[in-house]
Amino acid sequence: MIWFKPSILSPSYADARLGWGLAAAAGLAAAILLLIVLLLLRESWPVLQRVGGVRFFADQGWYPAEEMYGLAPMLWATLAASFGAVLLAGPLGVASALFCRHYAPFSVARLYRRMVTLLAGIPSVVFGFWGLTVLVPLLAQFQPPGASLLTGILILALMILPTVALTADAALAAVPDAYLRGAAALGLSRGATIAGVVLPAARGGIISGVLLATARALGETMAVLMVAGNVVQTPTSLFDPVRTLTANIALEMAYASGDHRAALFVSGLMLMGLVIILAAAAWRLSGGRLHG
Amino acid sequence: MTSTIDMHCRPATGTPADAYTLGPLQSGPSCCDPEPLIRVENLSLSYDNKPALAGVTLDIYRGCITALIGPSGCGKTSFLSSLNRLTDLIPGCEVEGRILINRQDARAPDLDVQTLRRQVGMIFQKPNPFPLSIRRNLEMPLREHGVRNRSELCDRLERTLTDVGLWDEVKDRLDTPALALSGGQQQRLCLARALALEPSVLLMDEPCSALDPLSSAVVEDLIQRLRGRYTVVIVTHNLAQARRIANYAGFFWVRERAGTLIEFGRCQQIFEEPAHDLTAAYVSGARG
Ligand SMILES: Nc1ncnc2c1ncn2[C@@H]1O[C@H](COP(=O)(O)OP(=O)(O)OP(=O)(O)O)[C@@H](O)[C@H]1O
Ligand SMILES: [Mg+2]
Repeated sequence: MIWFKPSILSPSYADARLGWGLAAAAGLAAAILLLIVLLLLRESWPVLQRVGGVRFFADQGWYPAEEMYGLAPMLWATLAASFGAVLLAGPLGVASALFCRHYAPFSVARLYRRMVTLLAGIPSVVFGFWGLTVLVPLLAQFQPPGASLLTGILILALMILPTVALTADAALAAVPDAYLRGAAALGLSRGATIAGVVLPAARGGIISGVLLATARALGETMAVLMVAGNVVQTPTSLFDPVRTLTANIALEMAYASGDHRAALFVSGLMLMGLVIILAAAAWRLSGGRLHG
Repeated sequence: MTSTIDMHCRPATGTPADAYTLGPLQSGPSCCDPEPLIRVENLSLSYDNKPALAGVTLDIYRGCITALIGPSGCGKTSFLSSLNRLTDLIPGCEVEGRILINRQDARAPDLDVQTLRRQVGMIFQKPNPFPLSIRRNLEMPLREHGVRNRSELCDRLERTLTDVGLWDEVKDRLDTPALALSGGQQQRLCLARALALEPSVLLMDEPCSALDPLSSAVVEDLIQRLRGRYTVVIVTHNLAQARRIANYAGFFWVRERAGTLIEFGRCQQIFEEPAHDLTAAYVSGARG
């Protein structure tokens, strides 16, 4: 008898409290993001005002002591390392998730999933150690000095592989059974079902996962710092040692002061910009054309 | 070496009276010189050793509409799924007994299941178009079965959509998502998708139960038009519908925890002079 339960008819206090609580949490997250951007802007403002934004792209090199602030080589290194890693880890991760969901026997899939989860939890310095002691010497035998864009890409790929694999696995798990049954009833083979039904249905989730992994690669610092060689130069081959924006900040922040310090904040701002562009792309891609 | 089941439907006779290329109602061969296309002998089915069907024996006649009725949980869906071997997909599902489709063993281990399923189409209770465009929904299965020629694809697309009365409604938006269609349109699209593969048997699992009365009437009318061309096995909870469309009817009931076929016969006989008390009680609405 509904009239004994006014809470059904009028908004209850509990409901309102929950609503406010959630709004406050969301507001807090947004405020923190805003504060971070504001901080970056404040700290980089002095040098931006004095030398202007263009010189950070146009200057010939990174010699902060001589007031040369060219970040472009490191920006290219960051982009090359990240996209190289995504190019490797993306297909591999999606393939492993497909194997797990649609080919592997149940027990193998479970074991494999646990291992991937474990891989995701390995701290990045440990990846760095491994890269430094195994990968770099190995590559140095063929192409000295060994520490290079390629080792950076390989380490990054290894690090973001679990992100791609786990998000793709979750996206595949969310594909309704009805599609699989429908596909089987039409006499589609497993391969055709995956290519024609499963991947299109899971596309949004897979793309978001890959973009998330890209953001992770862009921001990764320690492991790349340890294996990529840290020479400031625009890479012209995979075997060139490079320094990424994040590595640069980590290497120089300890002693930088004045304009040098502000310039490091500009590189932070640049990274932030990259991540925002990526997030916008993720939003567009997963919200927009989901249907082939 | 895999064997395939070769089943050719006799073409409909009579001239089409309207836009439907399937021809007008009842235009098929007089379906009722009973010639069994599917023979099921002593079929039993269990999930994780729990029986769901026991000892089902029946014949399904070529070109006829056979309705399966019975209360929820008596194994009608399980029965349909065993005919196109969809039960293979369910871990723990065991099938025993004989299923002959056009005198060939549908349960033979070396049977090409893909070909079997192409020839025994299935429509589900809940419309399940893929999250693709309308066009891709129809073309993708065709391509998989070797129809690659563009004009042939377009041709079949238009023909089957016309067959299900959807062509005029969607011809201007073939490249829009199929999921944006209404429930009734989606179900007709699924029917078109199954028909495009030119099956000879269509299994329908409560195809109208998720639809409003108007869409349901449209789909029902469509099923009527399939008579003669296709061998239709339809599960329905709507007794009036079964009575309107079916030539044969089978009544399932749960006995000792497993579904069994209580009675099978001509539709009229099942509904008007059932031989079994349970059937009589069920079709009169007294039980079930
Ligand atoms: N995948 C499954 N795993 C385990 N048990 C199942 C499965 N599918 C069906 N069953 C069981 O088998 C029995 C028959 O189910 P089935 O779906 O064939 O009934 P139905 O006649 O189609 O019912 P409804 O009219 O409600 O659709 C039920 O007791 C059900 O619990
Ligand atoms: Mg059912």
